[in-house]
Amino acid sequence: MSEQSQSAGGAPNAVVIGASAGAIQALLHILPALPEDYTLPVLIVVHVPAGRRSELTALFAAKCRLPVAEGEDKEPILPGTVTFAPPDYHMLVEPGGTISLSRDEQVFFSRPSIDVLFESAADAYGPALVGVVLTGANEDGAQGLAAVAQAGGVTLVQDPASAYARAMPEAALKACRAARRMSLDGIVAALLAAGRR
Amino acid sequence: MEDEKIEDIEIRLLLEALYRRYHYDFRNYAQASIKRRLRQARDRQGVATYSALQDKLLHDPAAAAGVLRFLTVQVSDFFRDPSYFKAIRETVVPHLKTYPSLKVWIAGCSAGEELHSFAILFREEGLEDRTLFYATDINQDALEAASRGIYPLDRMKAFTENYRLAGGKASLSDYYSTGYGGAVFDKSLRDRVVFSDHSLVTDAVFSEMQLISCRNVMIYFDRDLQDRAVGLFRDSLGRGGFLGLGSKETLRFSEHVGAFSEFVREEKIYQRRQA
Repeated sequence: MSEQSQSAGGAPNAVVIGASAGAIQALLHILPALPEDYTLPVLIVVHVPAGRRSELTALFAAKCRLPVAEGEDKEPILPGTVTFAPPDYHMLVEPGGTISLSRDEQVFFSRPSIDVLFESAADAYGPALVGVVLTGANEDGAQGLAAVAQAGGVTLVQDPASAYARAMPEAALKACRAARRMSLDGIVAALLAAGRR
Repeated sequence: MEDEKIEDIEIRLLLEALYRRYHYDFRNYAQASIKRRLRQARDRQGVATYSALQDKLLHDPAAAAGVLRFLTVQVSDFFRDPSYFKAIRETVVPHLKTYPSLKVWIAGCSAGEELHSFAILFREEGLEDRTLFYATDINQDALEAASRGIYPLDRMKAFTENYRLAGGKASLSDYYSTGYGGAVFDKSLRDRVVFSDHSLVTDAVFSEMQLISCRNVMIYFDRDLQDRAVGLFRDSLGRGGFLGLGSKETLRFSEHVGAFSEFVREEKIYQRRQA
């Protein structure tokens, strides 16, 4: 994967998004705006309570032009798909470009954790990754976004002033100096530019 | 970038060292999650690099034992994913009732939560007397905990709810008493259980089974190692035997997919094909 990402000459190979409180509204702004010929896989962690079947996939499948599913273990990561981490599992990216799941301990009281996805994706994709931290009320995602930046990836953060909950984007901006603070419209524009055919 | 490449070399060497010195084989574990655990182990040991960690673990068996326990520990719940146990009860048990004797393998039993769940379910379905359970894990502490059957009282509320949703016929509290600072599960539930140190990575088939439950264990393996483990299960199951996986696991990407049919698709319960 690292060879592949380097040969791409800086063009992204994947997008990772993390969101918590207020996630659905923010994602409803972003995901339906992605066209059906979008070229990147989009991997998403939303903090959801364990023990319930997530309704996120059904909700977004009905609103998106891209196929939306919950990640399964060892599934290949495909361009133009939206994959949510399943409730009560961490979702990670393996260097070969597949998903792996884990039931390791919670991070910031959460499983799935944004940090776990972002750190593994930064490892697998290196500079060919776009990391996005949206609204939320805790600090998950801050370290993960810093790892994306350290690997040379693009880092975007929802402007805390416009976020439903500002703690998470604020923590991400603090931990990741390279991150760009953006409106949701700005994030949509950046993701479209990154994944244009 | 340069630093990360060195780190990957170090991790590969560390896993090789653990295998040669202690015969624990993580070389084909899913890289992203083993890396995360190794990083935690490195930080807990207070060393800066994986090379330094390797040096320490090679020469300090006590430190190595602690790290190996940490790398292999898992936690589970009683009747985790209640719909899985409900499907076992409603659709698999009727098949099992046609056998005069049964062998059931809980592969990767961790601290015994799932084993006890099965033992309770089999007692309620009248299968207990004809069943031998094999509970295996590579973590010695976990096997000992499983054979003690004592769990924190504060988890009983959630476990009781799982038990109810799984179609439990009595009350979970009928199966335990309180003592030793926890919920002590009835010793008779473990009368027909063989606890054994067994590795899906390095060990072989040991008996013919009618049911194998191996949930959220193979998610820590890479594809090749998953194939090895599923191959073991294929060879351990009699024709028509059942294999239950975790809710987000699948045989779709396995080289052995053709040896199984989907028995209860949404619960990841597979059946060994007849021919």
